[in-house]
Amino acid sequence: MHILDFNKLSLRDINKTLQGSDKNSFFSIRNPKGSHALAVGINKKITVEVVGSVGYYCAGMNKFSDIKVEGSAGPGLGENMMSGNIHVTGDVSQYAGASGHGGSILVDGNASSRCGISMKGVDIIVKGNVGHMSAFMAQRGNLVIFGDAGHALGDSIYEANIYVAGEVASLGADCIEKKMTKKHLSNLENILSNAYVSDYNPDTFRRFGSARSLYNFNVDNAKIY
Amino acid sequence: MKKKSITEPRTSYTFDAYTNSEIRRAAETGIYDIRGGGSKRNLPNFDDLLFLGASISRYPLEGYREACNTKVILGDRFSSNPLNLEIPITIAGMSFGALSAQAKEALGRGASLVGTSTTTGDGGMTKEERGHSKQLVYQLLPSRYGMNPDDLRKADAIEIVVGQGAKPGGGGMLLGQKINDRVAEMRTLPKGIDQRSPCRHPDWTGPDDMEIKILELREITGWKVPIFVKVAGSRPYYDVALAAKSGADVVVVDGMQGGTAATQEVFIENVGIPTLACVRPAVRALQELGLHRKVQLIVSGGIRNGADVAKALALGADAVSIGSAALIALGDNDPRYQKDYEKLGTTAGSFDDWHEGLDPAGITTQDKKLVKRLDPKLGGKRLANYLNVMTMEAQTIARACGKNDLRNLEPEDLCALTVESAAMAGVPLAGTNWIPGN
Repeated sequence: MHILDFNKLSLRDINKTLQGSDKNSFFSIRNPKGSHALAVGINKKITVEVVGSVGYYCAGMNKFSDIKVEGSAGPGLGENMMSGNIHVTGDVSQYAGASGHGGSILVDGNASSRCGISMKGVDIIVKGNVGHMSAFMAQRGNLVIFGDAGHALGDSIYEANIYVAGEVASLGADCIEKKMTKKHLSNLENILSNAYVSDYNPDTFRRFGSARSLYNFNVDNAKIY
Repeated sequence: MKKKSITEPRTSYTFDAYTNSEIRRAAETGIYDIRGGGSKRNLPNFDDLLFLGASISRYPLEGYREACNTKVILGDRFSSNPLNLEIPITIAGMSFGALSAQAKEALGRGASLVGTSTTTGDGGMTKEERGHSKQLVYQLLPSRYGMNPDDLRKADAIEIVVGQGAKPGGGGMLLGQKINDRVAEMRTLPKGIDQRSPCRHPDWTGPDDMEIKILELREITGWKVPIFVKVAGSRPYYDVALAAKSGADVVVVDGMQGGTAATQEVFIENVGIPTLACVRPAVRALQELGLHRKVQLIVSGGIRNGADVAKALALGADAVSIGSAALIALGDNDPRYQKDYEKLGTTAGSFDDWHEGLDPAGITTQDKKLVKRLDPKLGGKRLANYLNVMTMEAQTIARACGKNDLRNLEPEDLCALTVESAAMAGVPLAGTNWIPGN
């Protein structure tokens, strides 16, 4: 294990080390002090644990890597990630997983507003609650919420799935509750199994997705626009 | 018997023929008009400025004999590998999806032939464009369609698109008829549905966040490539100041004559300000921060010829960018397709339904037959010819003003034909020393 300490190294030093490391390396980052843009642009299978909370865009645009934050994360966690895994033991701020194309994000705490905005294939699991406008314009992937969802969930959603165990304050435009079929239940179980989450009752989840009524412009929908 | 009128029939200035036709169209269809291109209004523009060629008080340079530098470096504020361009004219961002792959390839070929850059667009980077562009700017747009860190690292510069001159504050729309399998896959959306590009980035709002976003992009790319920030011409003084303060290497300001693939007509014609009015406030913002020429300024929106290039540079820009003009050079709205345009209910020179995917010139379409009408090699050569002509025209003017570098042109070399353009450009009304507003 390699220890990278913010008390001794700069952000550039640490990111350069992570980006240039050998496959299957393991790093522990100490004293992150809420730093922004930490562990971004990693393009190989390495494991990084961050001991402490991080700022904006932690693990942004990564491929293959496993990142664990033992603390909380600021806005844009894992933005545009392509693959790999992120696990945050605390809470996460706005836009977690924004436009993520693949991989998975597991949040033990709560996620703020616009969680999964424009997601394009990433799986996001939030064990707590999510804020308003989560899964806004979500294109592909899955957002699993163990707690409650804020207002306008799934507004203008495309082909992503939303699974919610708690209460939904309100649904956004063109987002509707859909039948939880065997296929979707299996999908939910696979997502959670891949993230090593086992302490749940699948029967408590409801599924939400697109009514697909706004996919093509129609003047009859003018009031919704 | 019918009474004969003794006066000519009088048409209304307010309710002119176009306005009336638009009212009838709206009443009939119930849908607002969507089209491509930029503003078609008669706006104050660079034609309203004239150069004051040298005579006794100024000393001209000899045309075709004395050198006039056209090279420009973009993005050397923080990046280790700035763009080194042979000419100060770049190709603006236009998406694969809105344009055919052949058109993107042609733009790359033409730009590379003359040593300048081209730019991706909404929808990501195509292999055709990367393969044929020596210097390619990769746009980071609100939609993040096709956004890929691998492509990001292949780029020679990154352009964060905050706004576009045709629609400041607005998002984009690619209608379903242009969404073939390849476009759909690149954008991670089903085939055939309208693809809405949001007006805001999904993971930041405001200049403080943008500063951190720029940091992230630099950390991903190792601080090697320049970061551009593109803003729409709306409040250029404030937007340019904030972009520069946020850490941009280059700021692009796009006036309302700048084109779009598809936006509401009412938006294109009524939101934003003319390109002419953008330049001086943008330059002033950089000057007041002590960053003029350190943060390069690119001006775009309705640039057509070497005179426009020279005028933009004289007002303080470091380079210009062209989009609509580049498409015309490739063959857009060419009279040789007049019969095809007529079948679409329009004429060569007026065609702007780029969103419908039926472009006879094979440029703004994904139709398999139509795209073959554009030969990327020939299109690239035509674009290179056009860029060379624009550059030589600008040099001709610069030499006449006694300048051995296009960027040595200055506001003092200009006067204005109208009070409005004098006020916007901050140069004297012709024959006077009066600058309105000063």
